Amino acid sequence: MQYSFILNGKPVQVTAEEDANLLWSLRERLKLTGTKFGCGVSLCGSCTVHIDGKPVKSCITSLSQAEGKRVTTIEGLSEDRSHPLQLAWIEEQVPQCGYCQSGQIMQAAALLAENPNPNREEIIKHMNGVLCRCGTYLRILKAIEKTAQKV
Amino acid sequence: MEKQIESQGLSRRKFLKVGGGITFLVSAVGLPALVFKKGELAESKQISAWVHLASDGSVTIYNPASEMGQGTMTALAAIFAEEMDADWSKVKIEDAPVEPDIYGIGWGGERGGSMLTVGSRSVSAHYNNLRQSGAQARYVLLSALAEKWGVDRKELKTDSGVVFHPKSNKKITYGEIVEFVKIPGSVPEIPDSDLKNPKDFKLIGKDYQRYDVPFKVDGSAVYSGDIHVPGMVYAAIVRSPVNGTQPELKNESAIRGIKGVLNLVSLKHGIGVVANSMETALKAKSMMEITWKGDTKAKSHNSQDAYEEYEALSKSSKTGSIVAQAGDLNRELPKAQKTIQADYKNDYIYHAQMEPLNAVAHVKADSAEVWVGTQAADGTRNDVANHLGLDFKSVNLHTCYLGGGFGRRSMTDFVIEAVDISKAVNLPVKLQWTREDDLQYGAFRPISLQKLEAGIDQNGNINSWKHVVIGTGGGLLGSGADIPFYDIPNKLIEVRNIDHGVRTKHWRAVGHGPNKFAIETFVDEIALEQKKDPYQLRRELMKNHPRELAVLDKVAEMAKWGSPVPDGRARGIAFAERSGSLAAGVCEISVDRSTGKIKVHKIWGSLDGGVVVHPANAKYQMEGSLVMGLSSVLFESITFKEGQVEQSNFYDYPILRMEDAPEEIILEIIPSTEKPTGIGEAGLPFMGAIISNAFAALTGTRLRHMPFTPEKVLEVLSS
Ligand code: FES
Ligand code: FES
Repeated sequence: MQYSFILNGKPVQVTAEEDANLLWSLRERLKLTGTKFGCGVSLCGSCTVHIDGKPVKSCITSLSQAEGKRVTTIEGLSEDRSHPLQLAWIEEQVPQCGYCQSGQIMQAAALLAENPNPNREEIIKHMNGVLCRCGTYLRILKAIEKTAQKV
Repeated sequence: MEKQIESQGLSRRKFLKVGGGITFLVSAVGLPALVFKKGELAESKQISAWVHLASDGSVTIYNPASEMGQGTMTALAAIFAEEMDADWSKVKIEDAPVEPDIYGIGWGGERGGSMLTVGSRSVSAHYNNLRQSGAQARYVLLSALAEKWGVDRKELKTDSGVVFHPKSNKKITYGEIVEFVKIPGSVPEIPDSDLKNPKDFKLIGKDYQRYDVPFKVDGSAVYSGDIHVPGMVYAAIVRSPVNGTQPELKNESAIRGIKGVLNLVSLKHGIGVVANSMETALKAKSMMEITWKGDTKAKSHNSQDAYEEYEALSKSSKTGSIVAQAGDLNRELPKAQKTIQADYKNDYIYHAQMEPLNAVAHVKADSAEVWVGTQAADGTRNDVANHLGLDFKSVNLHTCYLGGGFGRRSMTDFVIEAVDISKAVNLPVKLQWTREDDLQYGAFRPISLQKLEAGIDQNGNINSWKHVVIGTGGGLLGSGADIPFYDIPNKLIEVRNIDHGVRTKHWRAVGHGPNKFAIETFVDEIALEQKKDPYQLRRELMKNHPRELAVLDKVAEMAKWGSPVPDGRARGIAFAERSGSLAAGVCEISVDRSTGKIKVHKIWGSLDGGVVVHPANAKYQMEGSLVMGLSSVLFESITFKEGQVEQSNFYDYPILRMEDAPEEIILEIIPSTEKPTGIGEAGLPFMGAIISNAFAALTGTRLRHMPFTPEKVLEVLSS
């Protein structure tokens, strides 16, 4: 099957089987590997991308659901790590192993796009679905709060 | 032009010949250090490079340890750059090639051991050697320049990659020296007195950023699952649900008939399916119908019954393996004025590193290429070579970032699987474990029962201490069971082991997690029983151990121990050592008595890690390890039923989410000039005890079985 959508601002076409999945298509067919596989069942958020600006768990999203839509991955969040959240992530030195961080940043970016000035409770509620085994949560919170103040 | 990036896949020796500029080669075990220029590399096995200096001044330092989030790729390079006096803004860091003779380190810090990255040892073990190697690199540059300028080397001064000759007012950059540097036959060992005075350090102990962070905010850091090799196919495996059983596939033709399935590969412990896409491999895996054969030991293991077996074993008069002993416990304990006893338990727990295991392998006729994030670079290369009957040199191992290790990635089982499948299908293979695979075929921190008994003398002092750890996992059980910083005249600490036939493995801080939970909770129980303040009792016990005492005092001061606690909250305190580092913690908690949920509001921690190379990151490691510890203490439990793991993914094996993170974590590092010790696990061991102790202070009841789930909390509250 042939799928077409806008990926990080550019139109793409992908040939894949009917049950193709968005996460594996991004990673294996389009070779955008910043989006990670963590659980496969919508429990960890490592695979978070945006479809038409909304955060989705790509591991449970079929490729056909992206058809005709705008898909944004961590690689497309900015061209040069210049998204305010990426800058804040560097400033706060958030990542440890880093594996969850694409998902964390994409989830946070969707929050700030919708609500530029969330309070702590709103941030926690929004971010709670993205796991971090390395325990970087407090710095994630701080980086989001700092960014929110600046925006 | 630098060729580092493109050089991936070339052997280091070849790379050295193609790279521009010069590379410093520092000898292994005891040989003098040597420097080679492009094309002049001797084919000796005893040498390799730590740094590459290009004429544009850029400096590439080779990282000898796995980077799994602990940040040592930055700290290790900083140690080298410090003594080389390199310009840190021009430093790049790359993984060293798998050459344990050169990049490995022994447990005593001697060059040439293994590249195994475990036990928080990277900085502490490499510290002296990297300072020496960095100083030798600087020596070579200065010697060449001294000759060129006809001055005495000792008159030259350096500052971040620039050399000055104050007498003649001349200066030159390191990069410019590359053009004429002479290759000396050997470089002397730099005496300690010629190493930098710590007060002149620009990096060690200072604030600087981690090298890997930028690559981890834009998705460009490469983990092994991110690798693509031309012609690569995808593999998934169904593994034995009960350790040791063997598969018999019932629906082979149906599986082979799935469109996109390329092959099936029988393994001893499972069946691999190879497909032309990840989706197809995973789908075929889920459709396999397998009967598992063989009566194995694991089959009779029911973990919740294990505590009874341990209880029975504890009654045996046969002593287990002794961890530590002092005085004559068997004589003194019966004479005690009063004895206090308590039992503690901990369930199995799972690593749950965010990146499920995976590897890419390409086995050819007489060589193999492997891409993997591993804690055991040389161990993996050796295992692959031995498994395939190849020479080590024929295995080209590309190390990648690890999406967490915590001990699980020091095993090589998953790499051997990828190699077996690639060999069977004669193609490059990406093997992906699902989360369920990673959990159910995990190797767990062992379950244990800990029996503690203390004898109190007529003066109210602890005179005897008996600690028996009974569990599975053998050598994993004893770590951290000793209490060398508590002066108790008679002690006996032993481990008794039952093999259940299931897989166990080091898990961040190993036995320190359960053992410090038991020890430090027991000290608290003794204090309450003796009507002493638990902080003061610890002070008495460690009064002859000033470093330990300073750490304990520090955290008490930070948390204002003894000051009023907000309503509905209580504090708990504990001390623990790990990998030579000393740490103490205090937490402040509250409990929802209707749901049984514990909320940890604040954690204070103090740390003495000797000389701390990268303080900001050291603190952050402590923060991460105590958050991971908190997760294990509150939520995590693996159970076995008839040898089979009962959990499968994050819905029945929850790990801590943001909502359960402490509101605040306050940490301090105690300044020290002692040798560096391991920091990456230091925040974890005291977590069980500070929470149990705070809970007891709050409720008057005691949690003695980790994890402290709401059900267990409600149970002890109603008892
Ligand atoms: S991989 Fe998609 S939520 Fe975990
Ligand atoms: S940084 Fe390692 S899982 Fe989040």
